[in-house]
Amino acid sequence: MATKAFQKIFTKITQITKATCSLKATGVGYDELASVDGKLAQVVKIIGDEVTLQVFSGTEGIRTNAEVVFMGKSPSLKVGEQLAGRFFNAYGEPIDGGPAPEGKEVEIGGPSVNPVRRKQPSELIATGIAGIDLNNTLVTGQKIPFFADPDQPFNQVMAMVALRAESDKIILGGMGMTNDDYLFFKNTFSNAGALDRIISFINTTEDPSVERILIPDMSLAAAEYFAVEKHEKVLVLLTDMTNYADALAIVSNRMDQIPSKDSMPGSLYSDLAKIYEKAVQFPDGGSITIIAVTTLSGGDITHAVPDNTGYITEGQLYLRRDSDIGKVIVDPFRSLSRLKQLVTGKKTREDHPQVMNAAIRLYADAANAKTKLENGFDLTDYDNRTLAFAKSYSDKLLAIDVNLDTTEMLDTAWTLFATNFTPAEVNIKQELTDKYWKQ
Amino acid sequence: MATKGIVKGIVSNLVTVEVDGAVSQNEICYISVGGVKLMSEVIKVIGKNAYVQVFESTRGMRVGDEAEFHGHMLEVTLGPGMLSRNYDGLQNDLDKMEGIFLKRGEYTFPLQNEQLWDFEPIAKAGDKVAAGDWLGKVDENHQPHKIMVPFAFAGTYTVKRVAKAGQYTIKDIIAVLTDAQGADVELNMIQKWPVKKAITCYKAKPRPFKLLETGVRTMDTLNPIVEGGTGFIPGPFGTGKTVMQHAISKQAEADIVIIAACGERANEVVEVFAEFPHLDDPHTGRKLMERTIIIANTSNMPVAAREASVYTAMTIAEYYRGMGLKVLLMADSTSRWAQALREMSNRLEELPGPDAFPMDLSAVVANFYARAGYVELNNGLTGSVTFIGTVSPAGGNLKEPVTENTKKVARCFYALEQDRADRKRYPAINPIDSYSKYLEYPEFQEYISHHISPVWIDKVNEIKTRMLRGKEISEQINILGDDGVPVEYHEVYWKSELIDFVILQQDAFDKIDSVTPLKRQEYMLDKVATVCRTDFRFDNFNEVSDFFKKIINILKQMNYSDFESDKFEKFNAELEELMGGQTA
Repeated sequence: MATKAFQKIFTKITQITKATCSLKATGVGYDELASVDGKLAQVVKIIGDEVTLQVFSGTEGIRTNAEVVFMGKSPSLKVGEQLAGRFFNAYGEPIDGGPAPEGKEVEIGGPSVNPVRRKQPSELIATGIAGIDLNNTLVTGQKIPFFADPDQPFNQVMAMVALRAESDKIILGGMGMTNDDYLFFKNTFSNAGALDRIISFINTTEDPSVERILIPDMSLAAAEYFAVEKHEKVLVLLTDMTNYADALAIVSNRMDQIPSKDSMPGSLYSDLAKIYEKAVQFPDGGSITIIAVTTLSGGDITHAVPDNTGYITEGQLYLRRDSDIGKVIVDPFRSLSRLKQLVTGKKTREDHPQVMNAAIRLYADAANAKTKLENGFDLTDYDNRTLAFAKSYSDKLLAIDVNLDTTEMLDTAWTLFATNFTPAEVNIKQELTDKYWKQ
Repeated sequence: MATKGIVKGIVSNLVTVEVDGAVSQNEICYISVGGVKLMSEVIKVIGKNAYVQVFESTRGMRVGDEAEFHGHMLEVTLGPGMLSRNYDGLQNDLDKMEGIFLKRGEYTFPLQNEQLWDFEPIAKAGDKVAAGDWLGKVDENHQPHKIMVPFAFAGTYTVKRVAKAGQYTIKDIIAVLTDAQGADVELNMIQKWPVKKAITCYKAKPRPFKLLETGVRTMDTLNPIVEGGTGFIPGPFGTGKTVMQHAISKQAEADIVIIAACGERANEVVEVFAEFPHLDDPHTGRKLMERTIIIANTSNMPVAAREASVYTAMTIAEYYRGMGLKVLLMADSTSRWAQALREMSNRLEELPGPDAFPMDLSAVVANFYARAGYVELNNGLTGSVTFIGTVSPAGGNLKEPVTENTKKVARCFYALEQDRADRKRYPAINPIDSYSKYLEYPEFQEYISHHISPVWIDKVNEIKTRMLRGKEISEQINILGDDGVPVEYHEVYWKSELIDFVILQQDAFDKIDSVTPLKRQEYMLDKVATVCRTDFRFDNFNEVSDFFKKIINILKQMNYSDFESDKFEKFNAELEELMGGQTA
C-alpha cells in the first residue's frame, strides 16, 4: 500500500479489539478503506471524530501508534478482459505470480439491478447430470446452493457442473477453502483446458477469516463486468457460504451487536440476499448464474444459515450416497429447482415434466417398499418391480457420474419404465405414452 | 426557515444529525453526499441530535455532510395514473429510472404529468363537502377513479366551482372550494398523504361479511376470506407461498390488486412483470396488469425502504378504497419487514425482545393489520381493503415472534405445511390447523345463506369434521396396521382422502382447475358430500381403497374438465354408475 503525497497519516489509536481498532480522525467517508500499518481495514462506524475500522486480517500486532492512512475509496476491483485465467486473493491481488490487473476500477458490493430491467430467465443450463438436468433443471440467471454435509463431494460436482455448463466465464469464489480443494479446482480447470475462462478469488483456511467477507462481492463485481459490459453468460461458484456467514457473525460479535438466531447477526437475511440477488438475466443475453455451497451441520436445515438461504435462493440441491449402487446421487426428493418449469417441456422435449414426475413417484413407491421390507412385511410383485426400477434409476440417471443430454435421459427413463412397468402403472398422459413407450 | 443539520455519526444506515432547529419524529430529511441527496427519516431524537435512517447506502458519507429537513413525514403522491405502475418501496416509478442499476439518490415522480384524463364532475357548486368526498371522476384503466377532497382537509367546505367535463392533466385545477372562513382553495387531481397514518375519511367501519371469491377451493370453501378481511399465510420455504399468493392475486374478485414484494426474490417480481400484462382478469376479461400496482422492494434493495414499502402499499390501497372500490393488498413477506425493524432496533441499541425483534413488534403488526377493513363512506357507498400477508417463519417454526404476533390480529390463518408439500399435496394448506374466523360471524353466515345456500356452512363444518376424523383414523391405522382396525374405519379414512384430493388439492398450473368459480365449488362440494354421506358395502380394506381410488380419479378428471361440458357430464355418469354398484 504505497502512500500518496499529501495523504494525511493518523497515528493515535484509542482502542483495539480482536477485529477492530478505533482512532481520532476527520474527513473520513463511511465504508472507506484504510491501511493500518499496511493491513487493510474498512470504516464501519463513525461517531464524531472517532472512527472505528474493521481490520480484515485481524488486529494482531497493531500498535497504538500505528500509521493509519485513509484511501478515499471503498473496496474495489480493477475489471477488464485480463481478469480471465487469473487467481486473486480476497483483496483482488494476484496470487498466481502474475502482474496486477489493469482496467476500470469499480467499487465492489455495488447497487442492485432495477427489477424492471431484468428479463425472466428462460435458458436451460445443461450439466449432463440427470439428477440436475432431468429432475431439477437449472436456468441461466438462477441462484441455487448445494445443501451438503462437509464430507460430501460437493466441490467435485460443482467443478463438473462448471466445466460442462456452456458459460463464457466461470468465477470461483472460495471462502475458507482448504488448500487441497483450491489445488483440486486449479488442477481440474487446468486439465480441462478451461483456465482461460476462469477467474478465481480465493481465501483459504490459512488466510484470516474476516477477509472472506470480501470474496462474494469481489467475485460478483467481476461477474457484473462480463455480464453487463460484455453480455456474457457468467457462472459464479461460491463455496462455502457457511464460512462466509461465520465470518459475518465474528464481526458483528466484535461490534457488540445483539445476535439473533444461532448467534448469527440480525441482518443475515439481507447480507445473504445482497449476494444471491446479483444473479440476473439481462434482456441482451448477459447473465449471472450463482451456484453455491452451504455446508450443514449434521444435516440440520433449520439452522439460520441454510434456513435464510432457502428463503433467498431458487431451490436447493442435496447429495446423498446411495448404498444400493455405492455411488453419490442427487437426492430426487428434497432437491428442488424453482425455475425448472420455465424450461422443462418448453426448451426440452414435451414429455419432460411428466416423465420426471412419474419417475420420482415410482422411486417414492420403491422407498415405501423398502420400508415394508425392513419391517419384515411381504412384498407384492409391484413392490419388487419398483425396487428393481429404483436401482437402475439410481444407477443410470441419478448418479453424479452420468453424462447425457436431456433427450437421452428421457429415453433412458422410458426404457426403465418399459422394463419394469405397464403403461397404466406409469400413468403418463395417453398421447405421450403412445408416442414414447418403448416396446 | 427549514431546519438544517450536520452529520455527526454513521453506523451503517443509521446516521446521527445535529440539528439547528425543530424536527419532528418521522420527519423526512435529505443528506447530501458527494452531490447526491439521500432520503432519510427521523426515528429518534435526543437533545440536538436526530437519529435518522437513510433509505439508501451511506457509502462515502462523512461527518460534516449537510442535511435539510423537509417538514413532513414520508408521503405518497396520490392521483390517477398509479394502476399498472411498478414502484419501489418509496413510490418511485421504476420504469422511469435510467440505466440497468438503481442509482443512489434518484427519485422519480410516480404519476404522469403530461397525460390527459377524461374528467367528469360529481359535486356541484354549493355542495357542502368534507375530506374524502368525491368531486369528480376520471377513467383509469376502466376504473372510475374518484377525485376526492384531500384527506388532510379538516372541517366542512363549500364547493365554489367544479371543472366542466373534459380533458385535464393531473396538475390542472378541477375544483375550487371555500373554507369556513371564506377563503378559496384550488384543487388539482393530486394529493399527498403520510404513509404511516391511516386514512380514516369514512363514516363507519362495520364488521366485514361479504365473501371475497378467490377461486382457490381450500380458501373459498373451507376457510373463506371476506371483503375487508385480513389473513396470513405462514410457511417454510418451498411450501408454495409464492404460488399461492400469485394465484390469489390473479383470480380474486377485486377491483384493484396491490402486490407488495417486500424483501423477496427479484425473479418473482419479474414473473409478475412478465406474465400479468398477458393474463386475463377472470372476472372482467381485461388484462390483469390493468388493475394491478406493484410495490417492489426486493431483498437486495435498501433495508429501511423495505419497512416503508408495506406502508406505501397500504396507503395506496386505502386511497382506492375511498373511491368505493374493492382493493386486495398482498404483502410477501411481512417477516422481511419485521427483520428490517429488527436491524434498525439493533443499531439504535434498544433492548431487544424475543429473538432480538423490537419489543413493540406486536403493536406495529397489530396497527398495520387494523388499517385493512370494510368501510362505509360518507356518501353511503362502501369500499374495502382486504389484506393477506405471508410470513416466513425461521426454520419453519410457527412459534416465532412474527407468526405469533400476526396470529393475534389476522382473522384467517392459512398454515402451509412441509409434510403436505413433501407429498406434493398442493396447495399445501393444512385443513385442520387453518381457520377463518369469519365463518363464525353471524353477518357472514346470513350473507352466505342468501348468496349460496342456507345449508352451506353446515356442509363446510361437516367436511371439516370428516377431515379431522380421517386424520385420527390414519394415525390409528399407522399404529395398529390395516388389519387392526374395522373396515368401516378405512371407509371414513378414504372419505377424508376423497375430500383432500377433490376439494383441497388444486392444480395451480392447470388452466381449468386453477380457478374454480363459486358455483362450481358449490356443485363439487355437494357431490363430495353426497359420496361421504352414502353408506357403502365392503368386505375388506383393499376393496375400500380400490373403490375410493376410482372415485377420486373420476372426480379429479371432472376438476380438469370444463364445468358442465360433455366431458364433465360423461365423468359424472361414470361416477353415478360406480356408486350404484357399491351402495349398501
